[in-house]
Order: sequence, then C-alpha cells, then structure tokens
Amino acid sequence: MSASLVRQSLFRAVAKPSMLRASAPGLMLAQKRFASTENMTPAENIAYLNSQRQHRPNSPHATIYQPQVTSVLSIANRVTGVALSGALYAGALAYLLHPVFPIIDSAHLISLISDLPTWVKGGLKFLFAVPFTFHTFNGIRHLSWDVGKGLTIKGVYATGYAVMAATAVSSVYLAFFV
Amino acid sequence: MFKPSTTSSALRAIPSSSRTIASSSLLIRSFHATSSASLATPSENKPAQTKEFKIYRWNPDTPSEKPKLQSYKVDLSQCGPMMLDALIKIKNELDPTLTFRRSCREGICGSCAMNIDGVNTLACLCRIDKDVKKPSKVYPLPHMYIVKDLVPDLTLFYKQYKSIEPFLKNDNPPAQGEFLQTQEDRKKLDGMYECILCACCSTSCPSYWWNQDQYLGPAVLMQAYRWMADSRDSYGAERKEKMQNTMSLYRCHTIFNCSRTCPKGLNPALAIAKMKLEMATE
Repeated sequence: MSASLVRQSLFRAVAKPSMLRASAPGLMLAQKRFASTENMTPAENIAYLNSQRQHRPNSPHATIYQPQVTSVLSIANRVTGVALSGALYAGALAYLLHPVFPIIDSAHLISLISDLPTWVKGGLKFLFAVPFTFHTFNGIRHLSWDVGKGLTIKGVYATGYAVMAATAVSSVYLAFFV
Repeated sequence: MFKPSTTSSALRAIPSSSRTIASSSLLIRSFHATSSASLATPSENKPAQTKEFKIYRWNPDTPSEKPKLQSYKVDLSQCGPMMLDALIKIKNELDPTLTFRRSCREGICGSCAMNIDGVNTLACLCRIDKDVKKPSKVYPLPHMYIVKDLVPDLTLFYKQYKSIEPFLKNDNPPAQGEFLQTQEDRKKLDGMYECILCACCSTSCPSYWWNQDQYLGPAVLMQAYRWMADSRDSYGAERKEKMQNTMSLYRCHTIFNCSRTCPKGLNPALAIAKMKLEMATE
C-alpha cells in the first residue's frame, strides 16, 4: 500500500508514467541494474539445475489438503477393512491358544461377557458394528462404481451421505436392539 | 538460464516489510508482473477490507532455509475479485520476490494451478473469500518438488503425459480427405478433450501422492482414455495393454478427489472407471 503511494507520488513529481517510459534511454543509463544474467555452457547449466534439484522440498500434502467426503470415506474404508481383518486374525489365532489359556475358551468368555453391565456390552458391540456396517455399505458403493453407476460428484456425495446414515442407524440397531 | 549474481541475492535478502520496500520502490518497478500504472485506478473512497494472505515461500538460492508461510495484508477494496488478482497485487506492491506461474487469467492455460484454502484450483478462477477475519492460505500443488515459492516441478507429469502417446494413431488413414466420425462417436470425447493439464486433479489424488513414480494419475489417465475412446484411433487394444499392470492404472481407488477439485468441472474418475470397465469386460 505505502509502496504504491510512494511510487505514485514519485511519478507525479517527475512526470506521467508514459513520459517516464518515453524518456527511458536516459533513465536506464542512470538506473542501476540489480539483477544480471551470466552466460553458462550447457554442462554448467545442467550442473547448476541438478544442484538446485537436490535441495527442492516436497510441497505439503495430506496435512494441508481439505478433508472432503470423497477422501475421508475412502481412507475410512481402508482403515475399517484393516481393523476388521486384523480383529478376525487376532481372534482366530487367540482361539487356537485356548488349550494353553483356559480363560479364553468359549465357556469362560460367555460367562465373562454375560456378567458385564448392559451399557458395556452395547458399547463393545457398537465398536465392532460401526466398522463392520460401514465397510459393508461402502463396499456396495464401490461395487456400484465398478459397474459404472453413480460416477458423478453428485452421485458420490449422495451415496456417501447415505452410507454414513445407514452406518449410524444399523450400528445402533445391532449394538443395542439385537 | 538465469543465475543470480551476488547483487540479486542481496536483493532477495531484503526483508519484505513494507517500509523497506517503499524506500526501494523505484528498484522494484523493474520486477513488476504487470505495470500497475496501466491498470484502471480503483476508487479511493471505499472502506478498507484488509485480509491476510499466508503464502508458502521457499527460495532455491537459500536452500538451507526451510519452507515457510509468509503473511501479506491486502486491502480487498483496492483489489480484483480473484485470488490471482491478490497474488499479482502482492507481487507488484508488497514483495516482488513472490514467484508464481500465471498467464491467461481466465482459466484456459492452467498455469496458476495451486492449493488455495486446502483445495487445488486455478488462482484465476478462485474468488477471494470475503471473510476478512479468516486468513487465506496459499500453497503450491501438493506433494510436488518445488522450484520456487508456488512453482512446482511438473517434469514428471509431462513425461507421464508423453508416455501415453496423446495423439491419433491409425495405420489406415482414409484414401482422401479427413477421418470421419459419427456425431455419437464425437460425443464420447466431450468432457475429456477440454482438459488443460493444469495438474490440479493429479496432485489432489492421495494415490498419486504416494505412487507418482509409477501411477499415472487422473489427468494423464483421462487423456489415455480420451484416445482409447476416439473412434478414429486404431490402437485402442495396444493402449489398453500398456495399462495391464498393477501400478499405471489400478492404483486408482475411486477416491474422487480428482473430480471434486477439477477447476474445469471435468470428471477424470468417470473416465478411469470406464477404462477399467472396458478392460475388464472386453
């Protein structure tokens, strides 16, 4: 702001900008040059470019990009898939060990869980129901894309919100009413 | 090739407080992006609306300094409506060392692609958010090597574009005259030929962030499909064969960030899905 004011007043004091440019040869002689170019051979040129390339930073990405329904649901699909298969593997492998640790055989687990208060049981079921239902519904969404349906931004957002709503309703139902 | 001499590095070392710049305003004139004297003078009695712009800065002449966000304050009542207007105003009046690409200022050249307030878009098509309390953040295109400030290195992107042979290939040209095409066949190219290769979509794609050395990315894949879908091209099978590997095409996980961000309103994800479907069913 102040820079432009100073410049304008300078222009006014000296001449109109167009006149300034018209009398350029005289002015240019008086003007100092603050940037200059140097001649380089092609080899020097490449060497200089490569020395700059070595130091180039990578621009910020995931940390600065706006979270959107598109990307958030995509990463949620990946995370829930990993969590569900991880839980399946961990559960199945743990079951193999029940002769060694009798505390994790079926009878013990059933009695352990049946003694828990209802809200803990519901909460635990909810923790499993959310990734399970989300991954199922979003999988259907992906299948519809694979056959060429709903491949517009409008379709992606509509089905995205539908998946979120269906996940919420069905998780609450599975956790607290079954 | 421009190599800064010692005097020009000294110039870059000038801190960009407006007073220092003001005292050297004659010097700055030679760096102007646009001669502001030739622009229409804005009316001077509008109330000031000062908005803060935080802009990513990195200078290759001082590579040991980490990239940082530099803050500039611009009076919106004295500035054009678009983000590019603000950037040019900052370069003209506050800090001539700010570096960015721009050319057509009307969304047809794709030069001014950058990340504005978290979304990739063209600065010339992006309106400045009038909320002056919220600073606007401007970053270069995400996950790209930075040449300077807002200028990313697009060498790899162009190489990938070249690799899909984006031109008509047909060994049996018509005996005389031009290739003819039905109106229906021509319609298949709508929504694909308009791409200006600004790289907004590719650099919004997380798959492209993590695998850009092998995955082609949405912009290039849509152009690949644009030539597969062209009835005048006879190399469709060969073009598809080149995509038959785990990386080139199939790193697309239908995230849809590309279509969401495209400043031209195109749908690269649709083109990629069609390509996958054709390759699976033919």
